[in-house]
Amino acid sequence: MTTEVNAAAEAGTASAAEAPRAAAPGDARPHGSAVEGAGHWWQERVSALAALLLWVWFAVSLLRLPSLDRAIVAEWLSSPLAAVPMLLLVAATFWHIRLGLQVIVDDYVHDEGSKLFWTVLIHFAAILGAAFALFAILKLAFAAAPAG
Amino acid sequence: MAPHLTVYKWGPHMLVSILHRITGAGLAIVGGAALVWWLWAAADGPDSYATFTSWARHWLGVVIGIGLTWALIQHTLTGLRHFALDIGAGYELSTNKKWSLATLLIGVVLTAALWAWILRGLWS
Repeated sequence: MTTEVNAAAEAGTASAAEAPRAAAPGDARPHGSAVEGAGHWWQERVSALAALLLWVWFAVSLLRLPSLDRAIVAEWLSSPLAAVPMLLLVAATFWHIRLGLQVIVDDYVHDEGSKLFWTVLIHFAAILGAAFALFAILKLAFAAAPAG
Repeated sequence: MAPHLTVYKWGPHMLVSILHRITGAGLAIVGGAALVWWLWAAADGPDSYATFTSWARHWLGVVIGIGLTWALIQHTLTGLRHFALDIGAGYELSTNKKWSLATLLIGVVLTAALWAWILRGLWS
């Protein structure tokens, strides 16, 4: 509210001198969920569903392995049928992590500067973690591929 | 202070609601790091994997592993609860309480059963 008054005053237009008007529906548009909240909400749920399916697959796959020795895990991930779902699992999980942590920051961090800091940190950390995990899966998947 | 902030009684629905957030944050940070470490260690070679497994088999690693397992199951169950609430189901007080308690019970039972199976070698 204060910002809008200041902006109008700085603009020096006639609107600053006008009497206060009733709130219009469009007033809320750049200030809340109408911009990206609904999209965030849907992404959180779609990524949750994807992660749920992939983690059930992952848990069943691990329990079916004879052990979790490196050779066994490496051989398992050398198959595209394991590597591709694992890539998707990392992507869905880290996207869900980014969305979930963002909600926590939005709810508890009210200072705009701090919010920006944590938002950038969450993005960097989630993408960094995902990149290392994806690289590791691809390395295991391609290590077993015959040369040429 | 507004009356609605002082006049309420704690219930299981409040507990699972905040647990969903706490387990989510824990999974995101500790679980995310553990997943990356495990995959990276496997890709990097036997030495790195041995370092990972030595930590994972340490009692502290086992405690963290049990905690992450419980958090993942609890977060999944309360996430399913949220899916039900999203479609408008389960808001009746008794139903809400019943399913909230169910997530807590199933979370602990599944975690205990899974880790009893994982650690069975230590007791046999």
